[in-house]
Amino acid sequence: MKQSWTLTKFRIMLAMRNRAFLFFGVIIPVALLFLFAAIFGRGGGRAVAYVLASILAMTVMGSFWGLSQQLVIFREQGILRRFRLAPAGAGAMLASSIFSNLVLTLPAVAIEMALARWVLHMPSWGNLAGVFVMVTLGGATFATLGLVVASVANSMMETQVINQLLWLAFMLLSGVTVPLPTLPAWLQTVALYLPATYLVTGLQRALLDSAGPSQLGAEILSLGGSTLIAFFISRQIFRWEPEEKLPSSAKTWTLAALIPFLLLGMWETRDGQRRAQARSIFRSTYEAPQRKQQNKPAPDAPAAPAPPAPGSGVRPE
Amino acid sequence: MTSPIIQVQDLRKNYGAVEALRGVSFEIAEGEVFGLLGPNGAGKTSTIEILEGMRTPDGGSARVCGLDPQTSGDEFKRQVGAVLQSTSLPDKLRVSEAIQLFASLYGVSPSPDHLLARFGLEEKRDAFYGKLSGGQKQRLALALALVQQPRVLFLDEPTAGLDPQVRREIYDVIAELRAEKKTILMTTHYIEEAERLCDRVAVIDHGRLIALGTPRELKERGAGTTRIELTLARPESDGALRGLDSVTDCREIEGRTVLHSTRPPATIVALVKHLEASGNELKSLEIVPPSLEDIFIELTGRRLRD
Repeated sequence: MKQSWTLTKFRIMLAMRNRAFLFFGVIIPVALLFLFAAIFGRGGGRAVAYVLASILAMTVMGSFWGLSQQLVIFREQGILRRFRLAPAGAGAMLASSIFSNLVLTLPAVAIEMALARWVLHMPSWGNLAGVFVMVTLGGATFATLGLVVASVANSMMETQVINQLLWLAFMLLSGVTVPLPTLPAWLQTVALYLPATYLVTGLQRALLDSAGPSQLGAEILSLGGSTLIAFFISRQIFRWEPEEKLPSSAKTWTLAALIPFLLLGMWETRDGQRRAQARSIFRSTYEAPQRKQQNKPAPDAPAAPAPPAPGSGVRPE
Repeated sequence: MTSPIIQVQDLRKNYGAVEALRGVSFEIAEGEVFGLLGPNGAGKTSTIEILEGMRTPDGGSARVCGLDPQTSGDEFKRQVGAVLQSTSLPDKLRVSEAIQLFASLYGVSPSPDHLLARFGLEEKRDAFYGKLSGGQKQRLALALALVQQPRVLFLDEPTAGLDPQVRREIYDVIAELRAEKKTILMTTHYIEEAERLCDRVAVIDHGRLIALGTPRELKERGAGTTRIELTLARPESDGALRGLDSVTDCREIEGRTVLHSTRPPATIVALVKHLEASGNELKSLEIVPPSLEDIFIELTGRRLRD
């Protein structure tokens, strides 16, 4: 444990000296918050919270990207093998990745929330305990997925290809950039198998419906379960040496990290309420204010244009 | 020899079809500086990395401080320090932070001042690792290897790629450690390094240990031949000189012709006759005692850096 903490401090220190981390971890999400709020947040205060849920999810998910790259760079440059000589096992090295990521993500999340509340006039904080649990567990989930990618990829090039594919799927299909209810029905079903979807819907529910940890059971179970499995897998396939290659059979093993989401996706597809919840939150955010505005009489001037909603409208399941 | 602190018995290691180690055995006493001398690819790094616990042997056994390097975990890691051949640290890590980091991992009091002073790094204490020269990086690697005051030190090619002045600085550090009776196993392909620093040397080639002894013993073992170094007015073919009386080997080394002879007087007479007949001229001739390089050539039929 002491070694994990020592390595965590070391990783945080390195991240703070990395301009790319500050740029991608703090500046870009804040810029996107204002951009998205300007485009999609004009429907009222709830729309800002809706946008914030996406930005928080994006900030949290970014962890898998940076961590996997850093670990592969460490391995390729022979830095990991220097640590191998010291009493710091794979578990301590991997745990330090998750802890440092969490420590670095929480301030960025706090800044984004504060800006949304005080500058963009988000009507309430939502349920802070719920937000904290989702950010913490989400951060751990995506950090461990990043560690699995780092162990699977044999080179920086491979890491980037895998990350691009995962990032694209998470960004487009989970509700981060395109609201889940506006996707075609079959894509909504695909989204139910992605970890990012549970992070986004969990954050939306915590921020917009004030859902606390006790109401976020499915999200907590799936993200927590995935974190544990992914951590176990990444520990089993961790490689210190640049020339060590992972056997193909071990690569298949890594898919086990997605088992919780496979099970949850199957259950949600058949019995779950996730799509209905996402639709309800979306409608209450964008369609209710739109209707209110349309019904309001315009005494002197023509009615203001309706706030644009992302996507072309809510699609059926 | 006192009781061995390192014991290697019939060590074997394969990389696919390549046999990197084919049954290497030796013992090292506490306080001894032991050199593994051989060309690139001889099996030196495989041997030292097995002893560091970084690689698993395919056969044989290795014990360091009475522990199995592969299975003894943190207890073993606290007993040994190492300078790896290919390693690095993050560019944005400061020198003093690196020492504190590793001291903290070993659970020892993180006071870098003593190590910084010892390795001449005080002025660089706040410098980033990425800004250090090759020699400074190597001195830091040595400082890190000693951070937990290990009983055994492994140095894998500690001066490879360094310029001669920096190499001499590293020699001085190793000589100090030797004076402190630290047990050191080092690999090298520099003859002068082995001769200057090591109490005993094992010559390794193609995964086999082919000679073992003190540098003096090894040289005496090669006393069957004498080295005759010549400078000629114009070059002669190797074949012509190799055929001279009692010559066992003939090579061009750095502009000089080096002959190995079992009977120097007979060789020199034959050489003078040959040069007269061919109209060539002898500009200098020197008879030198055999070096470890000569022994290596004699044992393997090739130079260390071939």
